[in-house]
Amino acid sequence: MSLDQEVELIRRIPIFKKIDLAMLKLLCFSSERLTFEAGQVLCNEGDIGDAAYVVIAGSVAVSVATPTGSLVVQTLGTSEIVGEIAIFVDIPRTATVTAVSRVEALRIAKDQFMGVIRENPDAALELIRILASRLAATTARLTKALAEKRA
Amino acid sequence: MDRSLFRFILRYSKWEQLRIAPLVLMTMVVYFFSLDLPKTIINQAIQGKSFPTPESTAPIFRMVVSLPQFLGGQSFLLFEGFPLERLPYLFALSMIFVGLIVLNGGLKFQINTMKGWMGERMLRRLRYILLDLVLRFPLARFRRIKSAELATMIKDEVEPLGGFIGEAFIAPLFLGGQALTAVVFILYQHVFLGMIAVVMVTVQAILIPKMRRRLLVLAAARQLQARHLAGRIGECVDGAVEIHAHDTSNYERAEMASRLGLLFRTRFEYYQRKFLTKFVNNLLAQVTPFLFYTVGGYLVITGRLDIGALVAVIAAYKDLPDPVKELIDWDQERLDVSIKYAQVIEQFTVEDVIQPEVQQLTPACELPRQGSIVASNLTLNDDSGAPVLNGVSFEVPLDQHVAVLGDHASGRAELAQLLTRLVAPASGALEVGGVDMVRAPEAVTGRATGYVGAVSYLFPTSVRENLVYALKHYPVREPEYEDRARAERERQVRESTRAGNTVLDINADWIDYQSADATDAPEMEKRIHDVLATVELEETMFELGLRSTIDLEQRRDLADGLVRARQAMLQHFSEPGVQGLVERFDPARYIGNATLAENLLFGTPVGATFEIGNLAGNAYVRRVLAETGLAADLLTMGHKVAASMVELFSGLPPGHEMFERFSFIREDDLPHFKELLVRVSDAGLDRLDEAERDQLLALSFKLIATRHRLGLIDEALEARILVARRYFAEHLPQELRGAVEFFDPATCNRSLSLQDNILFGKVMTTQAGASASIGRLLRQVLDQQNMRGLVVGVGLDFQVGVGGARLAVADRQKIAIGRALLKRPAVLVLDQAEAPMDPTSQKRVIQRILEHSKGRCVVWVLQRLELGELFDRVLVLQRGRVAEQGSFADLKGNNGVLHDLLSKN
Repeated sequence: MSLDQEVELIRRIPIFKKIDLAMLKLLCFSSERLTFEAGQVLCNEGDIGDAAYVVIAGSVAVSVATPTGSLVVQTLGTSEIVGEIAIFVDIPRTATVTAVSRVEALRIAKDQFMGVIRENPDAALELIRILASRLAATTARLTKALAEKRA
Repeated sequence: MDRSLFRFILRYSKWEQLRIAPLVLMTMVVYFFSLDLPKTIINQAIQGKSFPTPESTAPIFRMVVSLPQFLGGQSFLLFEGFPLERLPYLFALSMIFVGLIVLNGGLKFQINTMKGWMGERMLRRLRYILLDLVLRFPLARFRRIKSAELATMIKDEVEPLGGFIGEAFIAPLFLGGQALTAVVFILYQHVFLGMIAVVMVTVQAILIPKMRRRLLVLAAARQLQARHLAGRIGECVDGAVEIHAHDTSNYERAEMASRLGLLFRTRFEYYQRKFLTKFVNNLLAQVTPFLFYTVGGYLVITGRLDIGALVAVIAAYKDLPDPVKELIDWDQERLDVSIKYAQVIEQFTVEDVIQPEVQQLTPACELPRQGSIVASNLTLNDDSGAPVLNGVSFEVPLDQHVAVLGDHASGRAELAQLLTRLVAPASGALEVGGVDMVRAPEAVTGRATGYVGAVSYLFPTSVRENLVYALKHYPVREPEYEDRARAERERQVRESTRAGNTVLDINADWIDYQSADATDAPEMEKRIHDVLATVELEETMFELGLRSTIDLEQRRDLADGLVRARQAMLQHFSEPGVQGLVERFDPARYIGNATLAENLLFGTPVGATFEIGNLAGNAYVRRVLAETGLAADLLTMGHKVAASMVELFSGLPPGHEMFERFSFIREDDLPHFKELLVRVSDAGLDRLDEAERDQLLALSFKLIATRHRLGLIDEALEARILVARRYFAEHLPQELRGAVEFFDPATCNRSLSLQDNILFGKVMTTQAGASASIGRLLRQVLDQQNMRGLVVGVGLDFQVGVGGARLAVADRQKIAIGRALLKRPAVLVLDQAEAPMDPTSQKRVIQRILEHSKGRCVVWVLQRLELGELFDRVLVLQRGRVAEQGSFADLKGNNGVLHDLLSKN
């Protein structure tokens, strides 16, 4: 898959949507293409992360450790992004991501992503909007969960 | 050191100076005759005074000695001479004149050569004396001295001394003699004209040195200012980190500018005065001929002087100002270098310089091995005289490991230096195994004890050289020289002796294997590997070795091993989990992880001819591309790459870091390519000139198919590049064979690192975790092949850089500890040597070192008190005194000083 196809693919991801096309292409160009075999780990819960991955082909499982063993919370496929929190803030990975099948992924490093965002104020605003709505959703879920617990 | 330069010169070069003196006197005689001859030629031969008739003859080589008037004025005829007619007489005289000039030149040549040798030998001697003093400075002295200033003094400031020493006695003799000869000659010709010359010379000789007094002061100031400047530059280099960290570069600029300004003013005044003096000097020299022309001319016209005599006087006078001027210059230089010498000597005059006997060359010597360290009443004061150690007494058996604990004011660092006699105690006694360490020579202290401080220095050589440095006490095995080399060595020894230098041979084998408990080089290598394992450096050296590129021609053993390892690796490449992680250098396949250039060359460039940047312009490469029909395609590809780069990077602000990391085109060249692309879209690729086509072609060579994903290299193109690859190899002209080393599965490639030689391919960087898996496999294979040691050996050849800067601080420290371990000292003293290591490895490394030093004494000043539990015994220091000693566990339990220290932390 060539650069142009990668650009087409990641344009569908909300946080990249508002980024200027040329910049997006530069972001893809400066990112690494990696292949993971089924069962290989993209990132481990608790590690320090410095990159996000966009799945180009195949699917990955997102899992968290629980006292009873690891629990798959989500499965992601083509043109979905995983581990993106790491490129906004320096916190340990919140989950483990494992390749379910053979996975082709684009590894977007934090430095490159920040370099591109810095040149795109519109994209930065869009990013804030997305993160704010995620926060609102999380808050709503939390409120609901608390209410259920109380009830 | 002689305080006076002249005493120094006389002491060491008296005989050489005396040998030159007769030659100088000989030149005077020759000079006098060459002055007298023109007069005879003009008066006797040309004007014909001796030839009243055409048939008359005149004698040549007739020798008459005439006594002056006051001795009676008689003449004695010594030799009749040969009679000659007028023309032969003229030619004979002229030939004699030429002969005298040649003889004079020959003598001068000989004198100058001898002077030059003598000066250079004396300079060598002086520099050696100064260097010797530096090696004998007590350590405390180095706290107050700047290395750059020392270097300037030894290298630059004494340099003019060499030139002067040759002249010191010869110049006044030669020039003075010459001036005197000329004056005597003029007086001999005509007393009155002579008096004029004498008066003018006297004025010159008195006035000019007066004018130069100020010059000397300025010269001295200039020397000091230049030295301080060198010191400041050294400070800026050493303090580079601080300057950047605190944004003080502009402060430094101001400081430098003010220094340069001061230096400028001094130099400016110096030159102004120098040229003024020169002007006056020249003026005086020119006034005299004016007097000669007027007064002498008058005398000739009035018939009181013959014209030949006047010509001779003027000729003689022409030679007079030069020696006088040079004599004055000599005097100036004498004062100048005397000041320089005094200023240098002053810096090197140290009261408590170590006596030469202490450092005397001692081959094998009796070293303490058994018994105890017995310290009694050791006292040490700091610079201000305050006690740092106060009556310290203890006894430690030479098979015990002792930790010294205390805070930074406890005197622990000083005790460490005292135990190894790096500093001498003010009072008290220190014995190791019955040997008095206070008075022992360095041959004993430097071999019986080892010292490693918290910051150690590495010499800018290889790791191995740094490790064996501690074993180089004396030339253990003299080198063997063959005929010419021996003659050369004998010449070196003679010269060294004449200049008072040491005759020890640097080419000898200085490594004392015995100290390291080895008998030969292979055993020595084993000891080194043991030590590496002890200080946990083995893995680091192994990795350095893998990344090294070495000349495998010199190491057949290693080259063969690498090829075997390569074959062994190949067996594993088909295993699950490894399969597909490495793209082998297969002549029949395109390597996606390599550049297009590498794919075409299928080898490594040797020299610049086929470097990736030069490929596009290379005539043979162009021929290959043209013959295989690739030229147009690659040009189009280069055009597309350029277009992509312009598209990708044009939106970035100038100086963006992405240019550097990802762009094929340098930021500065981007406008040029933009303009080039516009022209291509208007007129097509055909209209570009050759240089521009090369620029585009060069871009296509940099493409790596898997990484750059521009979709420009498809399978069809790959196949065609493989055709070109074969064509390139088959038609390579003889003269270019040496410019490329093709990938050959059966031999090692000299331009590849060890690791790349074993892999013989490219790691698939697009496969997650490939590097780590391959790394593990590589280690496994090398272990199986028993090659780990060889690779570590290559790593040991790694050049550590200035002060070891190419290594991590902890690794530098480990090398320093290894260096001390290698000589197996009876007492190993470490002053917080573990400090640069991370806390977890500190404990491990200390344990390993103690294990390695079983049966020998270790005294370790610990940074972290709790590590004291690893030692047989602890000494607790408090304000320069031993507060308590015993086992760590006991003292920890007591409510004593250690308990307090531990609870404070």
